[in-house]
Amino acid sequence: METVTLTLKTTPTLMLEAEAISPDGLAGKTPDQIRALPVYMGRETYTLGEYFDVSGSPGSTAAETKVVVKGDLSRVKYLGSKMSAGEMVIEGNADMYVGAWMSGGRLTVKGSVDDFAGTGMKGGELLIEGNAGNYLGSAYRGDWRGMQGGLIRVKGNAGSDTGYFMNGGTIIVEGNVDVHVGTHAEGGTIVIKGNAKSRLGGQMVEGTIILLGTVDVMMPGFKYVGDEEVDVDGQKFLMSAYIGDLGERHRKRKGATIYGRLLIRKPAPADIAASREARLARAREAKKARFIAPEETASA
Amino acid sequence: MAKTVTDVICPFCGTLCDDLEIQVSDDGTRILEVYNACAIGAEKFLHSQSKDRVTRPRMQQEDGSYKEVSYDEAIEYTARMLVNAKKPLMYGWSSTSCEAQSIGHEIAEAVGGIVDNTATVCHGSSLIAIQDVGIPSCTLGEIKNRADVVVFWGCNPSHAHPRHLSRYSIFPRGFFTGKGHKGRKMIVVDPRNTDTMKMADVGLQLEQGRDYELLSALRVAFRDEELPDVVAGIRKEKIYEAAEIMKNARFGVIFFGMGVTQSLGKNHNIDIAIMVTKDLNEFTKFSIIAMRGHYNVTGSGAVLGWQFGYPFATDLSRGFARYNPGETTANDLLRRDECDAVFVLGSDPGAHFPISSVKKIARLPSVAVDPHITPTTEISKLHVPVAFVGVEVGGCCYRMDNVPIESRKVVDPPEGMMTDTEFLTRVRDRVAELKAQAPVGAPSAAEPQEA
Repeated sequence: METVTLTLKTTPTLMLEAEAISPDGLAGKTPDQIRALPVYMGRETYTLGEYFDVSGSPGSTAAETKVVVKGDLSRVKYLGSKMSAGEMVIEGNADMYVGAWMSGGRLTVKGSVDDFAGTGMKGGELLIEGNAGNYLGSAYRGDWRGMQGGLIRVKGNAGSDTGYFMNGGTIIVEGNVDVHVGTHAEGGTIVIKGNAKSRLGGQMVEGTIILLGTVDVMMPGFKYVGDEEVDVDGQKFLMSAYIGDLGERHRKRKGATIYGRLLIRKPAPADIAASREARLARAREAKKARFIAPEETASA
Repeated sequence: MAKTVTDVICPFCGTLCDDLEIQVSDDGTRILEVYNACAIGAEKFLHSQSKDRVTRPRMQQEDGSYKEVSYDEAIEYTARMLVNAKKPLMYGWSSTSCEAQSIGHEIAEAVGGIVDNTATVCHGSSLIAIQDVGIPSCTLGEIKNRADVVVFWGCNPSHAHPRHLSRYSIFPRGFFTGKGHKGRKMIVVDPRNTDTMKMADVGLQLEQGRDYELLSALRVAFRDEELPDVVAGIRKEKIYEAAEIMKNARFGVIFFGMGVTQSLGKNHNIDIAIMVTKDLNEFTKFSIIAMRGHYNVTGSGAVLGWQFGYPFATDLSRGFARYNPGETTANDLLRRDECDAVFVLGSDPGAHFPISSVKKIARLPSVAVDPHITPTTEISKLHVPVAFVGVEVGGCCYRMDNVPIESRKVVDPPEGMMTDTEFLTRVRDRVAELKAQAPVGAPSAAEPQEA
């Protein structure tokens, strides 16, 4: 595998659209050809060489190419989008559409990414070491086919609308998520190791959501069906299983209705006592704050 | 003896009332009285007659004062700003005619701009949901003549669309609704006890930001599945009762407003409300209509739709139309420093956008085209006053139910004032001249200089 390294020279004033930067876009090209590739800012077209230093050279096919992108890429869009093979490493933050519509290969981001990462992903592996924005592994606007395959792993937190219209593949968020997880999902698996807020699995038809932390508000359309032991990312947990969304359409297989599944980790008795204690402490604090606040305003 | 102009269209809200009568002076220059309009609509007509109206373009000076400039200078400044910018944002379009919008889009296409309308902070989320799951809808006339169950979800027409209840939804006696409001069930869902809520047969005062859960609960209730005891602060018995009323309607309709489109979840709230409507069509006939705000925001979506395929937030910077709310919407462009000039026509982002976005507009080269003095015109480098559409010039407008209605001219604008269409046509022609001078595809000479 041959490596080509791109280093950002100047931070773009407006956002730079660089869909050429992927193993597929660079494979089989000479460094000079790479420097001449187009990047876009607003209605102007620039060459890749105006914004990036190019060193090394790519392999003849995407599968034999490793792309390393360096610098502050938080104003560069479409990095690694539509890649089908090979390897790519983004050594810093990146903007929107990282790994969007990717179908193979391995894309690693050492920093955080903005919204729409892994949109419409079909295959491959997307690893984000920082946080992800909204619409992680979701469908493009108006499309009813979201993420269809592959693996997305986020070490930090993810925003809202994770796995919107998802119908295959796996998303693992090691931190917390915002509202709307797996909305309209028709397949696939979402694992949340941190906490969720609300609207977990709304309008879910099929698929699985696994939550190791807590959820603030449950959807009314999920019904508790029993406990089971589940293997999550190599660890075994005792989980409460729910089926739903009962308000949504569901297909039947061999006479049995197939529901979406929501699995929430059952806290150990010690955890329940601790969380009760924490809740009471919060309530006491809130009461104290209410009691103290009027005096302060009066003295002010 | 003053003469009366009848059947005037009211250019204020999306209800687009078409039965106004306006008394004008004999010489046809002044509006004396407005009949049949609500307080807001009447004020729009009467305000056009105010003595302190700005009638010539004004350029903001270094010290914040204004210098009057000619329309020619204003056209030159606007055209140069748009041609010099790499990614100009062209925002507004909701308080003008479809004809003006169409010319504005020609300019946007020529300069590679981004066209966004007020739906972006209003019903844009509804448009996203409609794109995701479709919409079973109807016209307001059908509601007047047929509807016997009317749901207002997160909207307060008593104040925001004052004549909606009396013209279309609750009080009128229609062909199959001869008993008027006595024959209609009114369900209101709102976290606040609004004046609309006070009129309701069934009022569901839910917890703020829990609309999605309550709509989902209704869908569970339609399918006779078990609900938790309380959803969104409302007991399940009440939810089942509301579900029964909706299922037993002869013809039902859901009207929804800002309470669901711009609270937690945004497009998802509308998405599931549309699915509720779809579910109800298993039992009866049900429709859903957005309570659009500006009188021609629906028209802006329609014109953008037939010209570029997307109803708002259309990015033309790369020569073809792209659309992705969250990326190409006005506030996201401003927040992320993704545009380098702002052109506003027929809207007031200065009053409606977050202050962080307003500050960004103030720092960029900016032009505001608006008959009024607004917060936006105060922060823009150039303010171009124009004639009032629907008062001083006619034009096509779309009602909230997508019915196009031709608005009428009532009086002449003040001497020498341009209309939106005239101003935009001149800017379009000047942009074409400037583009012809500069070689195509060459990078622009410099960042646009602030005047």
